[in-house]
Amino acid sequence: MKFYIPPQIPRLALAFAVFISLFLILRHFLIPETFGEYGHYRGASLIDNTRPEIHYAGQQACFKCHQDIEDKKAQDVHSDIHCETCHGPGEKHVISSKAGDILKPSGRVFCGSCHIINAGKQKSTINQIDLDKHNVGKNCIDCHNPHQPWEMKK
Amino acid sequence: MGNEKIITSRRKFLKTATALAGATIGYAWLKSSQILLFAAKPKDESLPWYGIVIDIQKCIGCGNCAKACKNENDVPLEPFYFRTWVEQYTIKNDGSVNIVSPNGGIDGFKQMAPNEDIFKSFFVPKMCNHCSKSPCTQVCPVGATFESPEGVVLIDEKYCIGCRYCVQACPYGCRFIHPVKKVANKCTLCYHRLKKGLAPACMETCPTGARMCGNLRDKNSELVKFLKEHTTMILRPHLNTGSKLYYNALSSEVR
Repeated sequence: MKFYIPPQIPRLALAFAVFISLFLILRHFLIPETFGEYGHYRGASLIDNTRPEIHYAGQQACFKCHQDIEDKKAQDVHSDIHCETCHGPGEKHVISSKAGDILKPSGRVFCGSCHIINAGKQKSTINQIDLDKHNVGKNCIDCHNPHQPWEMKK
Repeated sequence: MGNEKIITSRRKFLKTATALAGATIGYAWLKSSQILLFAAKPKDESLPWYGIVIDIQKCIGCGNCAKACKNENDVPLEPFYFRTWVEQYTIKNDGSVNIVSPNGGIDGFKQMAPNEDIFKSFFVPKMCNHCSKSPCTQVCPVGATFESPEGVVLIDEKYCIGCRYCVQACPYGCRFIHPVKKVANKCTLCYHRLKKGLAPACMETCPTGARMCGNLRDKNSELVKFLKEHTTMILRPHLNTGSKLYYNALSSEVR
């Protein structure tokens, strides 16, 4: 028995072949190069995400120059607080070493951002003061050394 | 006559079987070479697998984390979109729960009620949970958000079309459309800092050490030690998001 192929089958097959190859060619150009390297995303995006510049240098960078402050800080209750918590982002200052590139905060409101009394804070975690009662009119750093808060200035 | 029938049916069977076997082999080949599917590869064990711990007992609501995050990641201060923010929960004696987050906690908090009316009050810092079965990455129509091999949920800013689907999908409200870039934005666990060996900005600036992140695979890491010694909870466990942000001393009122 001879195998009979209807004439529309080869034509359909040709049409299919054309469409499939068109699809594959388009797909080749539309999908980004590293897509699917690790999963359903552009692998190169992992590198893109490491590109942003840092603004906070980390306190080890601070201690390279300010060894004296490290020693001072280690002796008192602010020892676990990293420099940039108060002094703000320091990478610019690390590069330039200019005093203008780092914050030198002071004032009752600034210290109060942590030390203001609030029922949500645990007494064991932080010493809290009532800004309306505690030495009104004075700046905190008039008496307290911010790096060594219990080393009172006279 | 009957014999011929048997022969044709046998031929049919052999044909079908060969076709099926061929299709299976073809599918296996396609799958292994990932021509059809971008199936996830097995996780690389040599890389860290990041998790986060937030200790609610230690948080004092100073807002340094929210401030530092905005500085580090160039998120405009206003409008108030946050990658991380702090909420204060105040539960009064009558049982009512009051949740406030003025400017995400950047400018600090004012006590809601006099001490004698308060049953308890605490601060809850919020950030991306870096879920291992994250709803936000599953809905992205273009594959622009994904979980990195280190378990950090990231965004491909070049590829994001800003359709806001992921913003709606996140059950923790941790995503937003960047007001300048007009693409989705979220906490990256400071991926650029982690890769340089630095702590994320919010953890660097937290004065009380209420936040911690580390390698969940390393059984000797600070993080795993903390998880062993404390009873921790994740947010919305019933949603099965596989959250990797563990809260210590989490109250049931927290949503």
